[in-house]
Amino acid sequence: MQFENPEAFREALAGQRYLADRGLATSVYLAAELGQPLLLEGEAGVGKTEVAKALAAAAGARLIRLQCHEGIDVHHALYDWDYARQLLHLRAGDETPLYSERFLLRRPLLQALEADEPVVLLIDEVDRSDDEFEAFLLEFLSDFQVSIPELGTVGAKRRPLVVVTSNRTRELHDALKRRCLYHWIDYPTPAREAEIVHARLPGVADQVAERVCRAVARLRGEELYKLPGVGETIAWTQALLALDDADLEETLGVALKVREDIERVRERGVLEGV
Amino acid sequence: MRAGGARVGVDELLAAHRALRAVDAADRDSAYFALRAALCSRREDLAVFDAAFEAGFAQQAPAQPVPEPLADVASLVLPRAGVPQRETVVDVEADVVPAAWSDVELLRDKDFADYTEEERRLVRGIMGSLARRGPERPSRRTRASHRRGAQPHASRPDLRRTVRASLRHGGEPFERHWRERGERQRPLVFVCDVSGSMEPYARLLLQYMQACVAARRRVEAFVFGTRLTRVTRELRGRDPDRALERASTAAADWSGGTRIGEALATLNREHGRRLGRGAVVVLLSDGWDRGDPDELAEEMARLRRCARRLVWLNPLKAHPDYEPLTRGMRAALPHVDDFLAGNSLASLEQLARVLEGGLASADRGNPAREGDG
Repeated sequence: MQFENPEAFREALAGQRYLADRGLATSVYLAAELGQPLLLEGEAGVGKTEVAKALAAAAGARLIRLQCHEGIDVHHALYDWDYARQLLHLRAGDETPLYSERFLLRRPLLQALEADEPVVLLIDEVDRSDDEFEAFLLEFLSDFQVSIPELGTVGAKRRPLVVVTSNRTRELHDALKRRCLYHWIDYPTPAREAEIVHARLPGVADQVAERVCRAVARLRGEELYKLPGVGETIAWTQALLALDDADLEETLGVALKVREDIERVRERGVLEGV
Repeated sequence: MRAGGARVGVDELLAAHRALRAVDAADRDSAYFALRAALCSRREDLAVFDAAFEAGFAQQAPAQPVPEPLADVASLVLPRAGVPQRETVVDVEADVVPAAWSDVELLRDKDFADYTEEERRLVRGIMGSLARRGPERPSRRTRASHRRGAQPHASRPDLRRTVRASLRHGGEPFERHWRERGERQRPLVFVCDVSGSMEPYARLLLQYMQACVAARRRVEAFVFGTRLTRVTRELRGRDPDRALERASTAAADWSGGTRIGEALATLNREHGRRLGRGAVVVLLSDGWDRGDPDELAEEMARLRRCARRLVWLNPLKAHPDYEPLTRGMRAALPHVDDFLAGNSLASLEQLARVLEGGLASADRGNPAREGDG
């Protein structure tokens, strides 16, 4: 993709209202430059999926998303045949071959290979798939070429920019990690988070945004089961706006979703004076 | 066997020795089949082998029923010397086994604390086979099946193969194919106490954990004394000795004090995701806790809500007079699904049975759990 340096990339992402830090911009830039997949890990709600979306929009590329789930296999991810039409076709006695492009259903990975325009391929939550699928992905990501037994080999017309995200519910295979560039997305600093809130909710009073970001930063400093993500910060700000600047403790349920966490925060007066 | 006419040379003997080491030699059936595979080379040898195995190891060989005792008449008719003394034979079977079929069998009930270095190496194979046994659950990945399942929704039509097959019948889907759900290994999480009081047991329990990490797919291993250390990565790899060495280096507070509650709190907070819903969590500790029992109870409750099943292995439980009186143990027990010993190979076998779901609620930790949950 046509960016001169990481800084240009960062600005392009900011144009899509995604504020990336230097490290992330560099990783994305390198992924595009070297043609290597980028593996993004981080806590829930730090905006891993958003990176791919903003990236596609910034580069004017088409976003193709493959959401992984348990039991996902080649027929969910790559291709399948339209069986109902095949059967009808057979009974109609038509002569055209049954396993032809006509009956091929293109799943996300195949779409990404065959696309003529630039593509950002998002392989989301890869940790939810199983080892067999991971092995298949490894093959796919190494030469961007797959074989469909009935049709032959399909290669990429142009290499898609691949973003793989993982929530770390399990450790990914080392071989897959080796193939990718890696970036860990951390929680943003309060100042940066306030910028993100401003970018996402234009017209928010500085004072409200900063207050929420300070509160969230304090919560993240506590030993909680589930820490609030950036998504929660934005939702919390929205809640405060909707309630016309209400009490933080009253609306704690927007940021924390575990009963023990809420009790702990109230008991220890974590939010006092914010 | 040589007396019976079979050709058994030194090579066969060596093969037999190797075969015994390759299988779970403490299991009589495994030993039987391993030896048979190594020692017999012709069909005729089988009968000879059965007799020899019977004579050597003095229990009923699985392939051969016990010969009917001679009727009274026959015993009178036949010469004295040829008739076994029935009473003494019965005694022998009940009390002593003249030859154990392996060293491992003798170790089965031996307390881990009394193991020598040699014995630790000896049980490696058996721990490996124990480690392969573990919890499973239905997978969402399907596999081809021949028949439609018995229960509704047990299988779905396999359109891919059905269409293929219909080509043979001019497009009529006469031959139908199905797919059914497979089985997957359920995630397993070990949390082992390596504080001072657990020292005699920790090494072998860690060896078992190492075997599990090597044998199964989704296993996480943690050790704790005063704080929790993840050792899953350290325990991976082919060489068990080096894996154990790496793990002990990683755990800094080896043989120190114990704070179970704090360790579990770290587990819940920092590694909660790794546990995943539906994991079986196995805690290995003697329950001597210097932390706050309330915290322990709270964290146990949390852990239990996230996990599919919570098993506590306490080596002290093997003692017949043991009662869970320590504060920590008392606080934790109400939240435990299964409370087992974990001091010997036999108890690890019991654990394997529990993990496989065979021992439904026979050894339930505490009847009080029914009350609060």
